[in-house]
Amino acid sequence: MQEELKPRDSVIASDEAMPQLRFDAVPLMLLLGLVLLAIPAIGSTSSWITLTVAGITMGLIIFVIASGLTLVFGLMDVLNFGHGVFIALGAFVATTVMSFAQAAAWDGFFSLLTAMLVAMLCAAAIGWLFERLIVRPVYGLHLKQILITMGGMIIGEELIKAIWGPLQIPLPLPEALRGSWLLADAAIERYRIFASLIGLLVFSGLAFTLSRTKLGLLIRAGVQDRSMVQALGYRIDRLFVAVFVAGSALAGLGGVLWGFYQQSVTAQIGAQVNVLIFIVIIIGGLGSTLGCFVGALLVGLIANYAGFLEPKIALFSNIGLMVAVLLWRPQGLYPVSDR
Amino acid sequence: MVTQALLRLRGVQTHIGAYHILHGVELDVPEGEVTVLLGRNGAGKTTTLRSIMGLCPASAGSIHFKQQSIHGMGTAEIARLGIAYVPESMGIFGDLTVQENMLLAARSAAHVRDLDAARLAWIFGQFPALRKFWLFPAGKLSGGQKQMLAIARAIIEPRTLILIDEPSKGLAPSMVRSLIEALAALKAQRTSLLLVEQNFRMASVLGDHVAVMDEGRIVFRGAMADLAADAILQRQLLGLSLGGAR
Repeated sequence: MQEELKPRDSVIASDEAMPQLRFDAVPLMLLLGLVLLAIPAIGSTSSWITLTVAGITMGLIIFVIASGLTLVFGLMDVLNFGHGVFIALGAFVATTVMSFAQAAAWDGFFSLLTAMLVAMLCAAAIGWLFERLIVRPVYGLHLKQILITMGGMIIGEELIKAIWGPLQIPLPLPEALRGSWLLADAAIERYRIFASLIGLLVFSGLAFTLSRTKLGLLIRAGVQDRSMVQALGYRIDRLFVAVFVAGSALAGLGGVLWGFYQQSVTAQIGAQVNVLIFIVIIIGGLGSTLGCFVGALLVGLIANYAGFLEPKIALFSNIGLMVAVLLWRPQGLYPVSDR
Repeated sequence: MVTQALLRLRGVQTHIGAYHILHGVELDVPEGEVTVLLGRNGAGKTTTLRSIMGLCPASAGSIHFKQQSIHGMGTAEIARLGIAYVPESMGIFGDLTVQENMLLAARSAAHVRDLDAARLAWIFGQFPALRKFWLFPAGKLSGGQKQMLAIARAIIEPRTLILIDEPSKGLAPSMVRSLIEALAALKAQRTSLLLVEQNFRMASVLGDHVAVMDEGRIVFRGAMADLAADAILQRQLLGLSLGGAR
């Protein structure tokens, strides 16, 4: 193997026609089609803009929460029904940080960033504990995973009630993010733009990590075939713990964003969002980050459009969406192959 | 002088669920040579390889690699000792490109630019399709090309021992010939191989040593040349009638 030492580029570059990757853009076109179809259905441009921004914001917050869960499932086949507890924890930690900030007359934009950071750290720490105590003993046992992680969430919710009390806690926005901007007669809340930017930042960070780094490569490979990743010499269990902790931190961040989105927090916030995030990861294709992103945006947009057009069916709109997507693509929008 | 085998299995027993698959496997794999594991379907060949890799942990017996016990070690730790494994299913990551599959297999490389250029050139020389489909999703490759990729992954970095499970399975004859050439090139470089194979012609061309398995045990061990020359023994052990395959 020592002969023919050549520079790498000349080794790889081929003068033959190189087959190209073909990106499946159909789900993205569906998303675009939905947004465009909503214009005539809604009628008013300003309402359409407001609803679309609200839908995108909601979708991106759900993506932040669900992205970790889809990777956790993809990597280790772990069905974590307790993911909601990290959402609730993040939101409640934010109420504490914001009350301290208010008491210190520090009601600025940075108080929100501090709340987000502290919530992520707390959710990551509890996520690490949750993985060790609750998830690890039931690797490979789906039924037990469902039962024990749901049990973990119930205990988590009760602990949250014991610490923060059973009542709803208001979570007002800091002064800097209150109010709206006007765009073509449509009022765009500043916070929605902020939350959307955070969601896009998380998506970009995840997309970069997954597609451009060796760590991301390992995660993508582990989602497809974890025993082969181990046979190549990588400790998949350590990788899984890292992804579980990162996913918990993202759920905590999503909890802060969701809490501010609703401007109040209850201990049931996690359970409420849990249903949505499971719909999203099923629609997207279990283990697929891009699928999770597109699925979250679809869920957010349809919830807002349906709520405006036909409030009575709004409650069932996401279930209807899931059924329609699964009839079209039974493995989800971007199925992970080899699963 | 008696030399220690690179890999030594003694009394290896393996259970999969309620099934007792290996019943005391005794096997030596010498360094720098090709050992072929033959046997009918269900004899325990794949389970032997999986037990070595810790994917089906042995319930009893000992497995030593370079005089170090690897029984009970995790799969990743075993691989890090220098054992590469090409499973029967090939274990290709279909959603990843050929390049990404190779990069993953090269543990010391963080980027494609870190891959050993000379080694890559040698691999491309053996498996030209990999260069052509370098940026193509591996799942779209043909069965033969996937097998090439699976073997290329195992040799993208120096490994002390390579375990290959039925590489010719399901391949067209022309592809099998290419595969034999590639493995013969590896053999010429004194790469230590433990090859599970049903294709006796391929086994006899490549093998220095042979072990035949039946019902979870090694029932014959010897030189491949002796088995290849002895039609009666082949018929007796393998039910073959090739007249001393060459």
